[in-house]
Amino acid sequence: MKTGIGAKVPRKEDARHLNGTAQFVGDIKMSHLWEAAYVRSPLAHAKIKSITKPEGFEDRVFSMADMVGLGPIAAQSTLPTYNQSNHWPLAKDKVRFVGECIVMCVAPTRAEAEDLAEAVIVDLEPLPVHVTVDTALAPNAEKLHDEWENNLFLTTQFDTDLTEIRKTAAVVVEREYSTARQCMAPMEGKGALAYWDGKADQLVIYTSTQVPHLIRTGLAECMGLDQGEVRVIAPDVGGGFGYKCVLQPEELTVGWAAKHLGRPIRWTEDRREHLTAGANTREHKYKMTAYADDTGRLLGVDADIWVDVGAYSVWPFTACLEAAQAGGNLPGPYDLGAYACRTYSVATNKPGFTPYRGVARPGVCFAMELTIDAIARAVGRDPLDVRRLNLVPGSKMPYTNITGKFYDTGDYPEAARQAAEMIDAKSFAKRKAEAASTGRHLGIGFSSFTEQSAHGTKVFASWGLALVPGYEQAMVKLAPTGSVEVKSGNQTTGQGLETTIAQVASDWLSLDISSIKVTMGDTGMTPYSTGAYASRGMVMAGGAVSKASEELARRIRVLGAHLLQCKAEETELKDGAVFRGAASVSLKQIAQAWYLRPDLLPDNIETTGMEVTEGYKPTIDTGVFTYATHAAVVEVDIETGKVDILDYVIFEDCGTRVNPLILDGQSYGGAAQGIGTALFEEVIYDSAGQPLTSTLADYILPGPAELPSFRLGHSESPSPYSRHGIKGVGEGAAIAPSGALVNAINDALTPFGAEINSIPATPHRILQAIFDARDAREMLEAAE
Amino acid sequence: MKPVPFSHNIADTLQLASKALNTDGSKIIAGGQSIGPMLNLRLVRPTTLIGVTRLEELQKIHITGDTLSIGAAVTHARIEDGIDGVDLPPMMRHVARSIAYRAVRNKGTLGGSLAHADPAADWVTTMTALGAQLVIRDARGKSRREPMASFMRGAYRTGLQQDECITAVEMPVAMGQALWGYDKICRKVGEFADAIGAIVIHPDLKYARVVVGATEDAPLLLPDMAREIARTATAPSLGDIDSTLATYLPGASRVKRQLLKTALSRAIAKVIPS
Repeated sequence: MKTGIGAKVPRKEDARHLNGTAQFVGDIKMSHLWEAAYVRSPLAHAKIKSITKPEGFEDRVFSMADMVGLGPIAAQSTLPTYNQSNHWPLAKDKVRFVGECIVMCVAPTRAEAEDLAEAVIVDLEPLPVHVTVDTALAPNAEKLHDEWENNLFLTTQFDTDLTEIRKTAAVVVEREYSTARQCMAPMEGKGALAYWDGKADQLVIYTSTQVPHLIRTGLAECMGLDQGEVRVIAPDVGGGFGYKCVLQPEELTVGWAAKHLGRPIRWTEDRREHLTAGANTREHKYKMTAYADDTGRLLGVDADIWVDVGAYSVWPFTACLEAAQAGGNLPGPYDLGAYACRTYSVATNKPGFTPYRGVARPGVCFAMELTIDAIARAVGRDPLDVRRLNLVPGSKMPYTNITGKFYDTGDYPEAARQAAEMIDAKSFAKRKAEAASTGRHLGIGFSSFTEQSAHGTKVFASWGLALVPGYEQAMVKLAPTGSVEVKSGNQTTGQGLETTIAQVASDWLSLDISSIKVTMGDTGMTPYSTGAYASRGMVMAGGAVSKASEELARRIRVLGAHLLQCKAEETELKDGAVFRGAASVSLKQIAQAWYLRPDLLPDNIETTGMEVTEGYKPTIDTGVFTYATHAAVVEVDIETGKVDILDYVIFEDCGTRVNPLILDGQSYGGAAQGIGTALFEEVIYDSAGQPLTSTLADYILPGPAELPSFRLGHSESPSPYSRHGIKGVGEGAAIAPSGALVNAINDALTPFGAEINSIPATPHRILQAIFDARDAREMLEAAE
Repeated sequence: MKPVPFSHNIADTLQLASKALNTDGSKIIAGGQSIGPMLNLRLVRPTTLIGVTRLEELQKIHITGDTLSIGAAVTHARIEDGIDGVDLPPMMRHVARSIAYRAVRNKGTLGGSLAHADPAADWVTTMTALGAQLVIRDARGKSRREPMASFMRGAYRTGLQQDECITAVEMPVAMGQALWGYDKICRKVGEFADAIGAIVIHPDLKYARVVVGATEDAPLLLPDMAREIARTATAPSLGDIDSTLATYLPGASRVKRQLLKTALSRAIAKVIPS
């Protein structure tokens, strides 16, 4: 089918987005709808002494004490040393970060609700604040959660013996790295609108989420409702990136208020709320020692990783998913013989850590890729050669790495070679020398990674999560008009899933995707799915739709065969009809026979119907691995510290490409976010834990002028373990840019003896690194 | 992020606008590209906003004798486009083109930007460099003139009284023939500046100005450096610029000084190529 798997078809969802007719939470109109605003904590750590409501408005202003029946967000983990936090949707007794909700106010308009919020008096008694993991881990540090022994959510340890390697390695490279705290900054912020549906006896909540079925479970649990009393609808969602894959306090309080006030209530996150209370991701610190032989062959890596996870554990992914992923993924695509790693998930006075596109891997990839380049410099070899020497080669596939990750297919060194060819690495030395002769400073950098996608039951269970994904369901139905309906409990947040899962159905049912109606994200209309995260949407929902479509195709042929008066085996489904030789009946005729003219069918016809729900997961639970190498050429203006990306290439392999156009879009978007991580985005706190980057003038996101024209190359190594050989690809491109760009920057800074090990590599950090190197040199010269 | 309640008064005449300004809690909105976000953040809490952008007398660009006059409500976009039949100094058009984004330039005004007096904005430094004078009118209808070089008292502080409003910006027509250089360093296209360097030299008028902007204070004039450049037609060394900046801005960090030094040396290099 020309709109099936592999077709470069434009997205089904584009028309409504381009015409402005999409429906986000903020677009919903409803009579008697009131808006909510929150009194948020102005302090990073404090005891709540008292809350005084504005007189005469007590019925519009709610504290936690008012919200009887509403429980805390308490993400559980089965890991033995885990400390659980209770995140009350409105702070109770204590506040633990700037922006934490304390009081909810409702009014006919948001402005009036904000007027009310301003009139609430909250008396706070300040407590010592932890802005860094160092102060939080100091002896006798003030505790965030009084019932804990210290400020650690969790520590993990992975250990193979490095004793011998330490003694014998020719090269030892030691580095400390850090990555800044970030906001995910989706175009559409978070939002939720709830009302009580009297007929259904059900709380209906429209929420901007990636995981409607999970939110249903979480809401029911925290509100003390039965699942049947909750319906969650994710309308159009303007970007998720992980920000919208956790249960949020506002969803709970909006739900409670709607139920108890008997009117629809909406909260729409504004940008300041997002940049403060939503500043919840990416912040890592590394201390790494890598051992190699004199050719640059990696022998072992020893690492400590601190994740600054903020005050609370998010539901359902907990405060510990990040560190677990960091420890497990640090070896990355490399063939590594020995590895020791300790991770620390540290509680600080910041918003609770939430997994962001790439989950931990943008950090570990950055740390590992800089280490590879440092090894190359130490042994005097080209970083590309050292990289290729250490990447898992195609001949070793499938390959189980040192942390037990099962790499299914591919040829990692080949991707690095292809990227090098695309960026013309061979002639770069000449280009660099020419530029240097006119006072310009160029550098080249590479970054390789694997993207574990659609990892399933066993993997999530091993991370201790209380809620583990299993089989993905999908429903596919032939409608009376001969068109097809697909229903999936997964959700599209801009990644094109509405189109790509229709392409899978199109493949089986030989219908154009314009005749395939996809419904997602409504728990009242779709079968259960844990939702869109972990690059699982296409593999899982695509797989489930494939399985259900296959079965529906079989049933269609059975009916068609009857109408054609032959056996099903003699028929073929193509071009929207069932054929027996030249004779055919269209899907419409078949559908009409089933729904409208069953009198045409024999009594012994199969009665299962034209509506199929199937469950699916890949034949392995460990995930299927996409991989790529990014390469960049940059120019560093050493007088301003500005970085200009002159060239940026991505060579990736995600198995079967379901829609090459959408895949390219995912790559551009992911790489743009990765460039934000590498060069621009940083939430800055003062020593009292006040975020100083609360507007987009302070929190710098890259814009079109800051992005290069990405060039993409692909190979296809389909996974033998997933339907159609599909691998997930949603997160990948966001993982590698920091490694490629900072390696390129460091290459350009080599003549100045300066090295960047912290991101974002802002002009300030680059100039400071140049100054520091100059000072060190001058001191050395003075000493001599 | 919604403003406190306020009333919005769109003035029909300058007279009425000035009068309205004479009451407590009233404030002019002239494009709203700075006051808009500040309203939403509740950093400003006016009782009345007086809109002046529709006033015809603030919209005019004209030449009278040797003087070019640009109405306070002329948008950055109009200056960028230069389509009003009056030649504007090329430096102004160049600067206008790099202010924020086109959407902001379509609304934001010259007078609004000067009255707001954000140290990192382009016009305060540019108008200082061009030796502009501001025409300022009070509630009684009396006009006075103040040079831009003294108008800005510090970050977000100006010589405007509560009942005063900028009506126009004036400069010699001859500034259109001046030699000029302007360099702005910012994190990304459209962002506020981290450093600005500006130089304007007009040999016939015996005019030379060197200005450093985005210092977190009013634009910094370096008259000695300007005189020396005009006299010798050579650019100061980076070391000279650095020590001058260190003298004038002792509180600036090393990185900040580096950026200011670079912006200024690059601006000067446009007038005196090395």
